[in-house]
Amino acid sequence: MIDPVASRLRTNGPARSINRTQSPIRALGVPWGTIMLGSLAPWLPIIAPAPILPPLGFMMLIAWRLGRPNLLPLWAGFPLGLFDDLFSGQPLGSGILLFSVALIAIDLIEIRFPWRSFWLDWLSAATLLLIYLTAATLFARVPLTDLQVQLVGSQLLFCAVLFPIIARTTALLDRLRLQRVRRID
Amino acid sequence: MALPSGRRPGSNRKAQLGLFAGYLMAGSGALLGAALLGVSLFRPETFAGLRSMAADIASPAGEAGAGGRVATQNVFDAVAGYYRAGSRNAELREEMRIARVKLAEAEALRRENLRLKAVLRLTEGDTRPVAAARLIGSTASSTRRFAWISAGRLDGVRPGMPVSSPLGLIGRVLETGQRSSRVLLLTDPESMVPVRRATDDVVAFAEGRADGLLRLRLVNLGINPIKKGDVFVTSGAGGLFRPGVAVALVTGITRDGAVAQLLSNPAATDVVLVEPIWQAEAVASSRAPSIAQAEGTDAVETASVIAASPAASTETAAGRPTPEVTPVVEPQGGD
Repeated sequence: MIDPVASRLRTNGPARSINRTQSPIRALGVPWGTIMLGSLAPWLPIIAPAPILPPLGFMMLIAWRLGRPNLLPLWAGFPLGLFDDLFSGQPLGSGILLFSVALIAIDLIEIRFPWRSFWLDWLSAATLLLIYLTAATLFARVPLTDLQVQLVGSQLLFCAVLFPIIARTTALLDRLRLQRVRRID
Repeated sequence: MALPSGRRPGSNRKAQLGLFAGYLMAGSGALLGAALLGVSLFRPETFAGLRSMAADIASPAGEAGAGGRVATQNVFDAVAGYYRAGSRNAELREEMRIARVKLAEAEALRRENLRLKAVLRLTEGDTRPVAAARLIGSTASSTRRFAWISAGRLDGVRPGMPVSSPLGLIGRVLETGQRSSRVLLLTDPESMVPVRRATDDVVAFAEGRADGLLRLRLVNLGINPIKKGDVFVTSGAGGLFRPGVAVALVTGITRDGAVAQLLSNPAATDVVLVEPIWQAEAVASSRAPSIAQAEGTDAVETASVIAASPAASTETAAGRPTPEVTPVVEPQGGD
């Protein structure tokens, strides 16, 4: 007779993935969905007096792109940037331009340094965020005064510290994305 | 990690072409983005419809969140209240005594006001708010400071209408959707409100600083009369905001004005009121470019004159029609 505890263990083990396959909707939809969810951050119940939140949509985009190079097509910057522009408060077009340029830039970094490491990923993400935040401020027709530099600087510091956490989150979501749950009949 | 296989086309003609097409599409996407950015920089209102539609779709989520924000604040306040009960009690008793005196003074002023209005035959009724709404979201990661409220065209909200909380002014409506609208907060770098000191007629412009504070710039330069703790209210110049709405409290003095704190912190606000435009006809006429050219007066000069006597001369108000700056008042022209 099979021990009930042992049988429960067995259902949680590799046996669970027998006769199961990945769902294509989830496998392709999770990255797009989570990036768009990041772009919806302005609808969080925070009425901010100053720019304090990091650009979560953009950070999700570069985290996915650096972690899973083949997942997002090169043109993904256009639709994702457009979606981000609708809610970010930036003039429409700024997100499209910056998202597309970021994807192309990561592509070039990848060709130049084929063997990337965590530190290089972090450095490139921080550089991209610096360019993104500065350009977004200029596109919003806000002159870069001392005050603005302080605001953007603190935001950038926060973004750079937060990036590894976002990268880990996308890695977790990546496992979720590829979990075998669909039953093969 | 090494380059993924798709990135090394080798001599495979199809793979090479695919890679090239990818770059082409990405590049044209970026160019299209730059073109759209150019359009929206020169004509900021072009994509308003698209944005409001998106906001309408997303607003139910924001509304649910806004309820949660208020609830959690109440919980924190309740907990914090226990720790400071004794000292708060004494403080409140003292404040109460002062407030009674002030109330009596205010009553006297109200009577005097009524009498003077009767003398002037001013038939100014109370402004009834157009709609009450919740603040449901804000651009927390952008340098621009916008917020969304849960009332739109269906509730009678129109662009330009002032938004205020019981504690003071918050901003004004910029774009309206069916059920939600976008509000330009006072702390936005492009927001500018004509204000005057509550006690006398020191007029100034309150500009946003994007860090949650306001910069007050005096209209009449000279000796800076502002002191710490002064309260500024709207002056009514420009015709958008009715005069006498509390705006800011001075916290620091600068060379040409002061730095002030908002009296109604939007983050702590539950329900906001949308009020009608105070002098709708004057605002409409000042938006017409032909009048602006015909008048041809220096913007600051006009503004200071209007600020000194807000009710009388709003009709002479004229300025270049910029979409996001209070139409009459444009001190950039005079600098």
